[in-house]
Amino acid sequence: MGDFLRVALAVAGKDLRLELRTRATMLAAVVFAALVLLVFNFSRDPTAVAAIDLAPGVLWVTVAFASVVALNRAFTIEREHSAIDGLRLAPASRGALFIGKALANLAFVLLIEAVTVPLAVLFFGLPVATAGWGLPLILFLSAVGFVAVGTLLSAMAVRTRFGELLLPVLLLPFLVPPLIAAAQATSRLLAGRPLSEVVGWLRFLVVYDLVFVTLGLLLFGAVIDE
Amino acid sequence: MTDDLARARALLRTGGIVTLVALLGAAGVYCLALNFTPTEASQGLAQKIFYIHVPAAWGTLVAFSLCGLASAAYLFLLDPRLDRFAASSAEVGLAFAAVMLTTGPIWGRPIWGTYWDWDPRLTLTLLTFFLFLGYGALRSALHDPGERARFSAVIGIMALVLVPFIHLSVYLFRTIHPKPVVLRPEGPALPFEMLRTLLVSVGVFTLLYIGLVTMRYALGIARDHAEADAGGRDG
Repeated sequence: MGDFLRVALAVAGKDLRLELRTRATMLAAVVFAALVLLVFNFSRDPTAVAAIDLAPGVLWVTVAFASVVALNRAFTIEREHSAIDGLRLAPASRGALFIGKALANLAFVLLIEAVTVPLAVLFFGLPVATAGWGLPLILFLSAVGFVAVGTLLSAMAVRTRFGELLLPVLLLPFLVPPLIAAAQATSRLLAGRPLSEVVGWLRFLVVYDLVFVTLGLLLFGAVIDE
Repeated sequence: MTDDLARARALLRTGGIVTLVALLGAAGVYCLALNFTPTEASQGLAQKIFYIHVPAAWGTLVAFSLCGLASAAYLFLLDPRLDRFAASSAEVGLAFAAVMLTTGPIWGRPIWGTYWDWDPRLTLTLLTFFLFLGYGALRSALHDPGERARFSAVIGIMALVLVPFIHLSVYLFRTIHPKPVVLRPEGPALPFEMLRTLLVSVGVFTLLYIGLVTMRYALGIARDHAEADAGGRDG
């Protein structure tokens, strides 16, 4: 178990260090998220639709799209100079490699959320104070679900010639259940409903996360080994 | 290697015959539904589409489930036949799903008053349709047969696991779809003639599934043969 964690943290640390030194992808993903929010603002007739009615949906669509952009990079960096061969040759369990890549992706998706939520507060007047501690919980649980599925799928999509296009096509159907749960729970919390009312959706997210993290641990070997 | 081609040709012929019989059966269902089955009291003739819509849904369910199960089995046994079957089943399932997704709105327009509604089962079907379109896109984007088989198997398993989640999440959303009328604890809620027509149609669609998958499987053998041939020349 100690080895497992050490390998996972080493892989995640490598990805984070690489990103901290270039900052290219995350900057692009964060700007992309801001632009999506901006564009959404023009889809609404401000005299007919209140910003708050759209806000939960807009927030989650933005987070989902920006996450796809961020997830694309997870394995493109491994493709360059065949860096993935280094990971393949490592005498480490495939599960640990998966957790490592997923942890780095989790950091990126959480960063996107950390930027998107304040911007949504600014642009759409999202009443985050009403939502309370439920909102960070929902943000975290859905981020885990996104990266569990996204890490597995992006490892496959990158092996094709048009992976950047293929990843959203493969990934979005998988994001629909957590997106429905997250958007439903968010809109209830923002309307001032108590946390107890969204416990069902939170449980749904937890089960989704557990199932897909387990699948990732089991299937990652089939994805990266030749 | 020529054995493969001979086998593919034989399978193609068998699949073709089964498909032909199934298509004749479909013509039979058409007559049976229009002439020998009572017209539904409140929906009138519009309800006749039931005898295509529901069997197509059945075909889709069978096709996608078998694709997922064959995918799971492939990762354990690494038998290329399982991969070929999963691919065939997914493609035929897409065709059935297309039938279901077109007949549904045609039926929905007069009865619900709208072509499309974000009802759970509609949403589920549409998402599953997209899921398997993605499966097909991934297959066609990969050239190494081993890699293609492994990746497709992973997607097939993931899809199999995802469907209950989609179902639950969209079900909690809302529904206007009819509640089950055939498979329910109290027994079927339709008259005998309607049930008979439906069951005949389900049988015909199952046969159609078998015929089409057999043909597609034969084409898969021929394609693998051609790929191996080309690879042999390159190497």
